[in-house]
Amino acid sequence: MVDMTALTDMHSGEASRKRIARRRAAETRLKAYGILALFLAGAALVALLGSVFTKAGGALTETYLTMPVTLDASEIDPEGTGDASIIRRGDFTGLVKDMLKEQFPNAKGRTTRRELYDLTSAGAPFELADHVAANPSLVGETITFPLLASDVTDLYLKGAYGNFVAKEVEGQLTLSEDGDAYRVSSTAPDFEVALERVKEGLITEARKVRGQARLQENGVVEFTRRAEAAETVEEREKNEKLAEARAAARDQFLAQAVDLEARAAAPGGDEELSEDNRSVLINVAGSWLKMTRITPAGGIAEPLIPLDGDVSVSDDWQLYTTDLPEASRKVSDNQIVWIEQLRDQGRVDVVFNTRFFTAGDSREPELAGIWGAVVGSFWTMLVTFALAFPIGVLAAIYLEEFAPKNKLTDFIEVNINNLAAVPSIVFGLLGLSVFLGVFGVPRSAPIAGGIVLALMTLPTIIIASRAAIRAVPPSIRDAAVGLGASPLQATFHHVLPLAMPGILTGTIIGMAQALGETAPLIMIGMVAFIVDIPQGITDSASVLPVQVFRWSDFPERAFEARTAAAICVLLLFLVVMNAIAVFLRKRFERRW
Amino acid sequence: MSFTKSVASAAILAAAAATAADARDQIRVVGSSTVFPFSTAVAEQFGRSTDFQTPVVESTGSGGGLKLFCAGVGTQHPDITNSSRRMKEKEFQQCNENGVTDVTEAIVGFDGIVMANAKGGPVFAVTREQIVTALAAEGPLPERWSDVDPSLPAIKIEVLGPPPSSGTRDAFNELVMEEGCEGAGIECEGITIREDGAYVEAGENDNLIVSKLEANPNALGIFGFSFLDQNSDVLQGSTVDGVEPTFDNIAEGDYPVSRSLYFYIKNAHVGVIPGLQEFANEFMSEDAAGEEGYLVDKGLIPLPEEQFETISGNVASLTKMTGDEWK
Repeated sequence: MVDMTALTDMHSGEASRKRIARRRAAETRLKAYGILALFLAGAALVALLGSVFTKAGGALTETYLTMPVTLDASEIDPEGTGDASIIRRGDFTGLVKDMLKEQFPNAKGRTTRRELYDLTSAGAPFELADHVAANPSLVGETITFPLLASDVTDLYLKGAYGNFVAKEVEGQLTLSEDGDAYRVSSTAPDFEVALERVKEGLITEARKVRGQARLQENGVVEFTRRAEAAETVEEREKNEKLAEARAAARDQFLAQAVDLEARAAAPGGDEELSEDNRSVLINVAGSWLKMTRITPAGGIAEPLIPLDGDVSVSDDWQLYTTDLPEASRKVSDNQIVWIEQLRDQGRVDVVFNTRFFTAGDSREPELAGIWGAVVGSFWTMLVTFALAFPIGVLAAIYLEEFAPKNKLTDFIEVNINNLAAVPSIVFGLLGLSVFLGVFGVPRSAPIAGGIVLALMTLPTIIIASRAAIRAVPPSIRDAAVGLGASPLQATFHHVLPLAMPGILTGTIIGMAQALGETAPLIMIGMVAFIVDIPQGITDSASVLPVQVFRWSDFPERAFEARTAAAICVLLLFLVVMNAIAVFLRKRFERRW
Repeated sequence: MSFTKSVASAAILAAAAATAADARDQIRVVGSSTVFPFSTAVAEQFGRSTDFQTPVVESTGSGGGLKLFCAGVGTQHPDITNSSRRMKEKEFQQCNENGVTDVTEAIVGFDGIVMANAKGGPVFAVTREQIVTALAAEGPLPERWSDVDPSLPAIKIEVLGPPPSSGTRDAFNELVMEEGCEGAGIECEGITIREDGAYVEAGENDNLIVSKLEANPNALGIFGFSFLDQNSDVLQGSTVDGVEPTFDNIAEGDYPVSRSLYFYIKNAHVGVIPGLQEFANEFMSEDAAGEEGYLVDKGLIPLPEEQFETISGNVASLTKMTGDEWK
């Protein structure tokens, strides 16, 4: 007999209300933790994907410079054979260089020439060669041909080296020749703003130098202290010497800083512009000048693209200041003005980058494509599937339906479950020693990669298949056998079709895992630079994750965008594979 | 039965693969990840401008490459290996034992190893002795740079660098740790880099180090010159022994932390693998590794003219190593 009053007291008193409140608070807290965890996971995913997608945007377009190229017969096909293979051997690189020199005759000197040749990609002449080889009648003509721009040109146009915008000018520009350069001046204080920016740079520089002086001062103080505290004469002299050296360095820095600050503070001023200053460029009458000295009223400018005829006064001019000094960017002032001039002439075309999806690998970012890796991945996955699926499914059927339960099968079962946890690099080592070493499977080929990855996915497939087969109710087997089917028929005609969706789901998940593996492939030589698109399973090939891994390791800045784009392609592959798995499950799943 | 078919086809595939391995008309290059960007550029150019197939270049690391290279003569073994250090005598003996007796050595150029931090961080001017004092496990293990030398910034020592498995790390040990230890007053025998968190092993990927430096302006990074060159808008190189890490300083040999980059040719394969001699010549041609070559655009520091001529000659005539190189 329960004492009801005691129970009522228990559940309606002050203490109980507090208990309930505490319990509810705990529930609410738990919910909040759950939501917070979800939110954090979501935020991490969004951040990751966001950064990948935004970076990948840079690989979506490519730039062409449409130029008139004279196809000099003596350079290409002196005999006039019209034979494609002879034409292809022509010196098209030389032709493109000649064309660029013709376009910008002012580019003199080795360094400037190199900068000029770097406007177009190293691959551009080869495309031109292919075009001419396909149309031999063009030899001797002058054609306008879209030459692929180099990675530096492309990045500059995408704003990777800072913006390049004109500042408002009000005055009239006056030019007078002064040797090779020009004296420039404006009727309005247009150059003052540019000079201000230079002075800002001086102040920053001075701050840096003062910092260095301060560091030397720390040294002076410390060594002086040590000298005073020294026990021996030697010790004291050594420290005094060190202190003196630091003091000298400090004074040098201080003098430098004082000079810089004085220059920055002085009204007016007359500053040299070096490659450590932001460049100041003038665009007037279709030519470009670069300031080398600057005063509030004007300064000295040297022509990068010379003036046509005699321009002494102009209302129509622009003044540009770059975001970065020339020393801190891969694109030089010369290259900037050449690209800008070509842009003004309407010769710069930005188009969707189909090349990225159709080309193989390359050391030039602008030529590199993902197709080789996609095809390599396809062949590898094909071999993996052809090996792992039948072997895995048959092993699962045998173990589940026919195998006697004894010590041996238990031992096999334990080993299969253990295999699923073996680090993938071990499979690579096995592949290297057994398949490459003993069986002589070709190195770097999809067949080698496929065999290794098949071994890796086998346990996954076997475990998933067994679970799917086990989920088929015994009544199905009993009914089949009851109607006169042999055990084999019962398994293959009735159980297997019903287990197939589960088996396929497991297989696809295993394959998706294999698709993202790089470690075992290092051992069998698939982490390699391979230009040609593999034509079969014995050609050398690379795979998608390896492509990502390698592009991320190249120093060229433009590979950053390609790496991100390759990650997107890999993600797309995985999403599609998982979508197929989900679809199969939804479509064929039976509820018992 | 579809199953029996697929099993049979798998068996056929394996058989086909085994026969395909016998002949090879594609040059195979393995080896250093530092030389990889240059070797691949040559391979691509070679494939584009000749009728030979584009060589396959693998990035296995210097030691791994030499191991594969010295495993024997025959088409299943690579023809060339790249290395960011000279072959060791032990490796040469290994080669000889496996029948790889005729090997030609070539130096392609130099690579500077630089220390750099983000622009906006403090300017570092260090000496090799100071680096050793800061990083040696056997040293005083200072907490901050100012403990190493009062004229260095008073910030925590945080250096991101390559892991022990990397050739860059080997070179750093050899050119900095083993050179500066005496001046730093630390026992040179068996000197190692500290492992208490002041030196962070940032993986083999130099781009990763660059982006970590951008995020942390007080940290210093150790990597190859080409990464400083490509990221000059966000990074500043530290002067070492008063020399700035610039292209000219490394090329002149003034910058103390620079190493030679090598590749080794298996002479027995010349004439067997089509295009091998031509590929080696292309690598050591004026157009590629010369002073104005396309490898210089990729960040290689070219050899001085005379040395370049000598080595090009050695490659063209396949001058084999005698074994006295380490005497």
